[in-house]
Amino acid sequence: MRPNLILHVVAKFLIPLIILFALYVQFHGDFGPGGGFQAGVIFSAAFILYSLVFGLDTAEKIIPAHWLRVLAALGVVIYAGVGVLSLLLGGNYLDYTLLAGDQIAGQHLGILLVELGVGITVAAAMLILFFAFAGRGRE
Amino acid sequence: MTDFIVGHYNYWIVIILMMVGLYTVISRGNLIKKVIGLNIFQVSVFFLYISLGTVKEGAAPIIAEGIEVYSNPLPHVLILTAIVVGVATTALALALVVRIKESYGTIEEDEIHNLDHSL
Amino acid sequence: MEDHISLLLVVVPLIAAPVVAVLPRGRSAWAVAFIVAAACAVLAGMQLWAVLTEGAISYELGGWAPPWGIEYRIDAVNAFVALIVAAIAAITLPYALLSVEREIPEEKIPLFYSAMLLCLTGLLGITQTGDIFNVFVFLEISSLASYALISLGRDRQAFTAAYQYLIMGTIGATFYLIGVGLIYSQTGSLNMQDLATLLPGVLHLKTVETGFAFIMIGIALKLALFPLHLWLPNAYTYAPSVVTVFLAATATKVAVYVMLRILGTVFPQGFALTTPADELFIVAGIAGIVIASVYAIYQQNVKRLLAYSSVAQVGYMALGIGFASAAGVTAALVHLFNHALMKGALFMAVGAIIYRIGACRMDQIHGLGRAMPWTFGAIVIGGLSLVGVPGTAGFISKWYLVVAALEQEAWISVAVILMGSLLAVVYVGKLIEALYFKPVTDTGTAVSEAPLLLLVPTWGLVFANVYFGLNTDLTVGVAEKAAAILGGMKP
Repeated sequence: MRPNLILHVVAKFLIPLIILFALYVQFHGDFGPGGGFQAGVIFSAAFILYSLVFGLDTAEKIIPAHWLRVLAALGVVIYAGVGVLSLLLGGNYLDYTLLAGDQIAGQHLGILLVELGVGITVAAAMLILFFAFAGRGRE
Repeated sequence: MTDFIVGHYNYWIVIILMMVGLYTVISRGNLIKKVIGLNIFQVSVFFLYISLGTVKEGAAPIIAEGIEVYSNPLPHVLILTAIVVGVATTALALALVVRIKESYGTIEEDEIHNLDHSL
Repeated sequence: MEDHISLLLVVVPLIAAPVVAVLPRGRSAWAVAFIVAAACAVLAGMQLWAVLTEGAISYELGGWAPPWGIEYRIDAVNAFVALIVAAIAAITLPYALLSVEREIPEEKIPLFYSAMLLCLTGLLGITQTGDIFNVFVFLEISSLASYALISLGRDRQAFTAAYQYLIMGTIGATFYLIGVGLIYSQTGSLNMQDLATLLPGVLHLKTVETGFAFIMIGIALKLALFPLHLWLPNAYTYAPSVVTVFLAATATKVAVYVMLRILGTVFPQGFALTTPADELFIVAGIAGIVIASVYAIYQQNVKRLLAYSSVAQVGYMALGIGFASAAGVTAALVHLFNHALMKGALFMAVGAIIYRIGACRMDQIHGLGRAMPWTFGAIVIGGLSLVGVPGTAGFISKWYLVVAALEQEAWISVAVILMGSLLAVVYVGKLIEALYFKPVTDTGTAVSEAPLLLLVPTWGLVFANVYFGLNTDLTVGVAEKAAAILGGMKP
């Protein structure tokens, strides 16, 4: 791929901002619009931009496909695990109130953890999709 | 009469999109165009739900001082789920189309049909 | 623990699915999947027992009270269907080990079992939930998993079959979603119990009627009700053997359950009679039984023959629903259970043939019955059950269906049910003729009996066919209780 200076500089400048914005959307989700789905997609957009500019092989060195599969699975397990944890604490499935000392803190903690799981899975799944389609035909 | 048309404009948009999408799925032989039609069809349903959730003069459903009327957040939540399902369906459909193209060399339905029945 | 059974049925396979996906190659993925399926079957059995002895279970997810939160609500109807799904999964998985190793590329096996577990999660979720939007979500989980599973078949037609199913299945699910949206717009609720109290007040609205129609068409697509069955023959024919067994025995059954639930619980009993729905069920059922059976006779591929027969069997269930009486609903539920047993056994036996010779066209299986006597025996008994010979499970369902039809004095339906059995004699007979009475095609290699691991699950289902043909306490007993809850649709 022919390196393009402008693209490289702009991408290097934008990617940290995109990731920062993704994290904002992720963790601000319980006070305003946001949450794991949106944050996961924005987060993966940063990596997709990176692989568009620097090439697929470089991108795959940063996140190998095998790790993406593990991450996608991990997110689901975090989500379901929070539910199981609240079961073990004696509540119903996904009953966040018991996760912390008082009800409000519990709800906050619960939704943050669950959305973290969602975010990880969505980001990993989007990247798996991108790599699967973009990498097709190379083999 | 104008009230009927203008007052229900969201439903008209939904119906038009729905018919465009469904017609594309049924009438096109190209597998990618079918997927696009399916997407338009699904999006029309998203519109239907979202427009149902609107409350006149309602603010975004985040509790704040001095606001009394909020829009209904539930349809948004439902549609967020439906959008994710739609994305997954589209991805799977496109993946299948890629595999069909690789093994048949075409994504036109009638050509695939001929290839399967000329054996 | 006991309070959480209905939840664990969904969550255990849900957690296991991503874990299985990242397991290394080898048999560990299968082992986990099998343990999970067996655990689900035990849980489903416990759940049915709890429901029968103590009455309906309600489980509030996240501790949010219904109708605001999602509620799992289990009564005899869904406990019964959940047990069918989980039990079939537990019987299919031992069978899967060898069959999958033969038919699926090794690197895809963990993903295969992951998709199986997701499909199980979806199907069990549909049976457990008491929220009509949640039904849509689980419906799509199971459907997406099954599209992926079907596309893993060995022929390239598997891709087109999966694509075709994906398009039609998504249209069906979206129709269902439209219907749910229209009903939500008039009631503001998604909880089934809540809707049951809210809907009688708004039934006169055209919006609700339209929503009802959309939901019915959407589920009829998933159900493969004639003439919306076009996806089914290809999907069943080209899917890997295990997938065909699992889907044929569970997926359409769960759709029948959703249909019954919408007609019997969500909408007030008797509402369907004010719409053309019940006549349409009878017409579609009759047309399905006759036309699909005739199609089955002319098929050259054994799996496709059985797939068309499945469309015909869905017709019987539609007839039961269309009669709209308690007897009709009982018959539909009994047939739902028995058809899972017979189609499971038959597709397993055909899978054993595919395991040995790698194909299942009529002209390739000539004389195999003598080389594979146990597989052949399973096909004979499964086939007799399909026909409805006394002493098999199939007879029980036909009997209750005819009784329900006679009660309504629906003579045409009675004639069609009997004719369907005669047509089944023809296509089952054709299969047996090819397997036993045709001279062996000389392929140069001797074919031996299928391995024990394939035969034991097959014969497990075959024995179930005979057992439930003689002892009907579980099937008819529970189905009658369930029909009492759904009340029949006639007031």
